[in-house]
Amino acid sequence: MLEQSYYDKADEIIARYGTEPRWLIPIIQDVQTEYRYLPPELLTYIAGKLNITEAKAYSVATFYENFSFEKKGKYVIKVCDGTACHVRKSTTILDRLYKELNLKKGQHTTEDMLFTVETVSCLGACGLAPVLTVNDEVHAAMTPEKVTALIQELRGEN
Amino acid sequence: MLKNRQDLIEARNQAKLAMEQEKFRILICAGTGCLAGGSAKIYDKMCRLVKDAGLDVHVEFGAGVAHGENGECPSEVANAGGVKKSGCHGFCEMGPLVRIEPYNFLYIKVKEEDCEEIFNTTILKGEPVERLLYEMDGVKYKAQEEIPFYAKQTRLVLKNCGHIDSEHMNEYLAIGGYSALEKALFDMKPEDVVNEILESNLRGRGGGGFQTGYKWKQVARQPEKIRYVVCNGDEGDPGAFMDRSIMEGDPHKMIEGMIIAGYAVGAQEGYIYVRAEYPLAISRLKLAIAQAEEAGLLGDDILGTGYSFRLHINRGAGAFVCGEGSALTASIEGERGMPRTKPPRTVEQGLFAKPTVLNNVETYANVPMIISNGAEWYKGIGTEGSPGTKAFAVTGSINNTGLIEVPMGTTLREIVYEIGGGIKNGKEFKAVQIGGPSGGCLIGTHLDVALDFDSLKKMGAMIGSGGLVIMDEDTCMVEVARFFMNFTQNESCGKCIPCREGTKRMLEILEDIVAGRGTLEQLDILQELGEAITDTALCGLGKSAALPVLSTLKLFRDEYEEHVVDKKCRTGNCQALRTYKIDPEKCKGCSKCARNCPVGAISGEIRSPYTIDASKCIKCGACQSDCPFGAINVE
Repeated sequence: MLEQSYYDKADEIIARYGTEPRWLIPIIQDVQTEYRYLPPELLTYIAGKLNITEAKAYSVATFYENFSFEKKGKYVIKVCDGTACHVRKSTTILDRLYKELNLKKGQHTTEDMLFTVETVSCLGACGLAPVLTVNDEVHAAMTPEKVTALIQELRGEN
Repeated sequence: MLKNRQDLIEARNQAKLAMEQEKFRILICAGTGCLAGGSAKIYDKMCRLVKDAGLDVHVEFGAGVAHGENGECPSEVANAGGVKKSGCHGFCEMGPLVRIEPYNFLYIKVKEEDCEEIFNTTILKGEPVERLLYEMDGVKYKAQEEIPFYAKQTRLVLKNCGHIDSEHMNEYLAIGGYSALEKALFDMKPEDVVNEILESNLRGRGGGGFQTGYKWKQVARQPEKIRYVVCNGDEGDPGAFMDRSIMEGDPHKMIEGMIIAGYAVGAQEGYIYVRAEYPLAISRLKLAIAQAEEAGLLGDDILGTGYSFRLHINRGAGAFVCGEGSALTASIEGERGMPRTKPPRTVEQGLFAKPTVLNNVETYANVPMIISNGAEWYKGIGTEGSPGTKAFAVTGSINNTGLIEVPMGTTLREIVYEIGGGIKNGKEFKAVQIGGPSGGCLIGTHLDVALDFDSLKKMGAMIGSGGLVIMDEDTCMVEVARFFMNFTQNESCGKCIPCREGTKRMLEILEDIVAGRGTLEQLDILQELGEAITDTALCGLGKSAALPVLSTLKLFRDEYEEHVVDKKCRTGNCQALRTYKIDPEKCKGCSKCARNCPVGAISGEIRSPYTIDASKCIKCGACQSDCPFGAINVE
């Protein structure tokens, strides 16, 4: 069970839109913006408010890549693997990140909850390939060496 | 609030006058590219210099950051003529870019410490800072318009991007904004507007190239009176960013196009669906909509005509398939974004099962100029079957990465060599992938074909949304095919079996091939599967999912066979097919590689050359990336 404040927040967000089923996606997007993940309890709660089944809400939330039921690290690193980045060797960037952060295959968040690594299909910054973003801040023309330096810098801030 | 035609004309004249009174305009690009290069700091510095000198100068900051976030210039500067922000210039490779009007000087790769020199030399004396000018083949170009990258382009849709402040509607009004809407509302009947677009033969810029006017006509004649206008801003093709640049750099143009569409088909509401990865485009659009509402160009009784139109924004949530019409409307309705069987088509039953006009960003951005200049003018640009221009995002192994716009019918050679400045690092041109995961490849023999919707289709490719990824001799085409199939497979919504299962099987085969486990029979199966998916998949994305594979299989069959028969990848891209060797001349015997090797495949004695046991090697590359002497090579 989540703290009451979570439900209050959900109510506040629902009030912004309305309780028609069509508002489900914008509402859970705002919830995710607020908490940086989508607490499953809130999805159930919102489904009730919008008068749709929990199964329906779950099917929508799991269909879209952007929704995450798991908590994310302090720094969310998104590595672009769009065509332009891929051609300019984005795979080596991802490999180095996994190595630096000691992440196993299939694991996205470090145990200390500091880093989450994700790939995205295109950030639309193809002119700077390969790119990655740290909490939406763009880092251009990355190399494995720059990745190591970046991680060290971010660790140093904590 | 503009209440009638005269008010709008008056507002436009005032905005124009205000713009003409500015002595200088300093336009600093803050597109995603230039911003990452530090253009925000340049903006701040320029503001300070202008303020300290107490000059009547205009600094504009390009699409990238909303004013507030990055600090507005001090109000005294704003009052003295204004310090503003503009849109993406498109020459992303050379960023950060600074343009200075009225000279039209374009400075490239500008740093914060260059600002004083720019200020002292150009603003105070009117002379160019030579070292910041673009140089090619020994020639320095002062004016932006003379640089080959720009000179060879025809920028109509992107005309204002980088030249006006996208966050102030007055800038758009000053250059004649909303005059097409004025013409449509006051001088034309809705059916005249439909006919003008039909006559212009404007074709959808989102991929299929379907006639826009025909769509509008069909919606306009539906018996159902509640109709919608929807804009597809879900630019999901990796390697494409033209729609983002329009939404960020010139949002009012697209909004004007949508209002005209609404008027033409009798719709009262419109939706813009923007992918969540473009937060800036979303905030720019929101701002532009609020400005248009405040001015009375959106809302009830627009300019006293009795016509009402409202616009809403929906954020995507990360599903590529939502670029497909029926999936996009399902997503706006709050459902899983899955395509449905057609008919009924979107024009009959689209959003909320009502007749719907669905076009993409670039298509709507074409509408105002067609209405202003007429269909005949429009048909004079481009080719007979595909009039107008097309914006392309040119990326990959090319010197001038960026956003370009050329008339339909331009050849690939002109794009790659004249505008794009040739292949990066002097490498050999190998192929260009056009149209992303739904497109195909073009090779050297296609360099002189005039590119338009029909010629590309004939070559087994498609224009898609206009992403052009240039590949050089170091790119493995089998790996590229695997890359796209991996993408499509991930993004397949799973509704129809050909796409859900077929792409999975194709991906498995491609993974086998790049891992050296492929067989010749598999190449035939790949072909057969690809054709079957193309014939039977439910939606446009499924139907084109196999195209990258079929296209490379046709053009680069020798490379596929090399992977399968010789177990070799000529580019060294396919890790499993590499052989790592230590160069005994360069190896100093430091033993670092042996310690790094996870499987103990490297042995030797300290201070004499080490060797790799190929039978144990798992080709992970750990030895090579850490060798301090660069002694480990891939064969």
